[in-house]
Amino acid sequence: MFKLSEEGLNYVKSEMARYEQKQSAIIRALYRAQDENGGWVSPEVIQHLSEVMDIPASHIEEVATFYTMFNKQPVGKYHIQVCCTLSCAMAGGRELTDLMMKEAGCSKLGETSPDGLFTFSKVECLGSCGTAPMLQINREPYIENLDEQKAIQLIRDLRAKAGK
Amino acid sequence: MAEVKYLTEHYDKPEYRTLEGYKKYGGYEQLARALKMERQKIIDEVKASGLRGRGGAGFPTGVKWGFLPNNGEPRYLLCNADESEPGTFKDRLMMERAPHQLIEGMIISAYAIGAHKAYIYIRGEYTGPAAILEQAIREAREAGYIGKNILGSGFDLDLDLFIGAGAYICGEETGLISSLEGTKGQPKLKPPFPAVQGYLRKPTIVNNVETLASVVNIIRDGAEGYRKYGTEKSAGTKLFSVSGDVQKPGTYEVPLGYKLMDLINNECGGLKPGRKLKAVIPGGSSAPVLTAAECENATLDYECMQQLGSMLGSGAVIVMDDSRCMVDILSTITHFYHHESCGQCTPCREGTGWMEKIVHGIVHGEGKPGDIDLLLKIANNIKGRTICALADAAAFPVISFVTKFRDEFEYFIKEKRSKVKGTKIYAPMHH
Repeated sequence: MFKLSEEGLNYVKSEMARYEQKQSAIIRALYRAQDENGGWVSPEVIQHLSEVMDIPASHIEEVATFYTMFNKQPVGKYHIQVCCTLSCAMAGGRELTDLMMKEAGCSKLGETSPDGLFTFSKVECLGSCGTAPMLQINREPYIENLDEQKAIQLIRDLRAKAGK
Repeated sequence: MAEVKYLTEHYDKPEYRTLEGYKKYGGYEQLARALKMERQKIIDEVKASGLRGRGGAGFPTGVKWGFLPNNGEPRYLLCNADESEPGTFKDRLMMERAPHQLIEGMIISAYAIGAHKAYIYIRGEYTGPAAILEQAIREAREAGYIGKNILGSGFDLDLDLFIGAGAYICGEETGLISSLEGTKGQPKLKPPFPAVQGYLRKPTIVNNVETLASVVNIIRDGAEGYRKYGTEKSAGTKLFSVSGDVQKPGTYEVPLGYKLMDLINNECGGLKPGRKLKAVIPGGSSAPVLTAAECENATLDYECMQQLGSMLGSGAVIVMDDSRCMVDILSTITHFYHHESCGQCTPCREGTGWMEKIVHGIVHGEGKPGDIDLLLKIANNIKGRTICALADAAAFPVISFVTKFRDEFEYFIKEKRSKVKGTKIYAPMHH
């Protein structure tokens, strides 16, 4: 069973009062719950938010499934989202994804590495085309101007940071 | 006239992002002046300036403001910071370097149109710029630029930040409104236009980041002064996001009417050594592609781009040199639009999928005779037949790529490989 922490619950309640309609707080509530649920929005998360916010679960689910930043499947500690649209594709974003996945031990997009650290997604334009290729880890600031060496090093650094 | 620093004058100063730094360079002085002006005078000034929406559509800002009905209902001002048209990254620069410029422009604009509540809708992935904006909004609120009785004028405004969660369609103004209202970000049928029935079915103006920031300069210099740059129909300067095959990609501010090839060759340092220009997408991925020959005399303004059958759009210039395979590039574009179709209208939901499938088939050596005509048929059948312009945005690149570079598509279908020698076609590990 998923339950928001007390702090998380207070946050969601204050967000519900922030906008003209409480349902405008669904996105913020989902981000918070996703963070507290290890990086993904499970059916239990939706059920819990529905109760907390007094909004039908179907509505919460509709929002959760419409937007790409809510993960509907579990992800690793580092969800690596590589931009592969136009300018990033031209700059080698797609090949770089394959290279990093190999280094991280992921055989498929969306699949988490055996050590539980890495999940890869190819994402659509992140608005960083002048610094292509680039990626975003979870919801952290962008990592830009990548090349093969930097990309491999990034995976190694993250692994070291996680102590694995 | 080369690159100018009109909107971006102080962007090189890190302190400019703070309230103190912004004020050092004249920040919020225009707000104080504007609050002493008649509201209609500001609207007239913006109309006379010729400012056109910088998000993509290029609709005259003052005219848009003039559509608000006088029915006594509360009004809303929304800033569209859902920058997501592939190739575009200039609003991000503006929010990172000069958040108070945007906030000041918004307060002046809200005062002019009589809105007491304003939101900045920022795309969810822009967590860096969002943090900067949140800090700036807090500073502005503490300093009394946001809140009750701003600078003793009697004008009240609440301004807040709303964070999206990843959906291109929320850059479409009615999609943005749906998202802000807490539902799926699906566009709504127009009319009624947002100016009449927008957020919460109340009169709403949605303007782009660059558009709202420009209002500060219009108040400072007057319509006349603003028109010092640009052409008759394309007044002022514009930020262009340049990416692709140039030496120095980045955001450059130039006067509208500037030569496209000068932007590429001067500001962006030209192409990579030994390369020749093949094509340019001048206004974001939905703008029809231009051939090298069409680029030769092209100028960066609304009228020239229209004459060339393309669009100035968001000012996203994507440069492709002769090493590029146009079939491969179109495959990434068709994938994008299929992924981003909100699924509401059948022609778009199905059509974008078919177009992606056909172009991907060609790239993977499964092209069939007749594919080119089928692509054109689908593109022509989806455009203009949906609630919003996403179907058009998906159709334009297909039509222009296939028509202008037909030989490359024919070659790929026949030979099962790219006509461009030495191009590495991406063969996915996982598809």
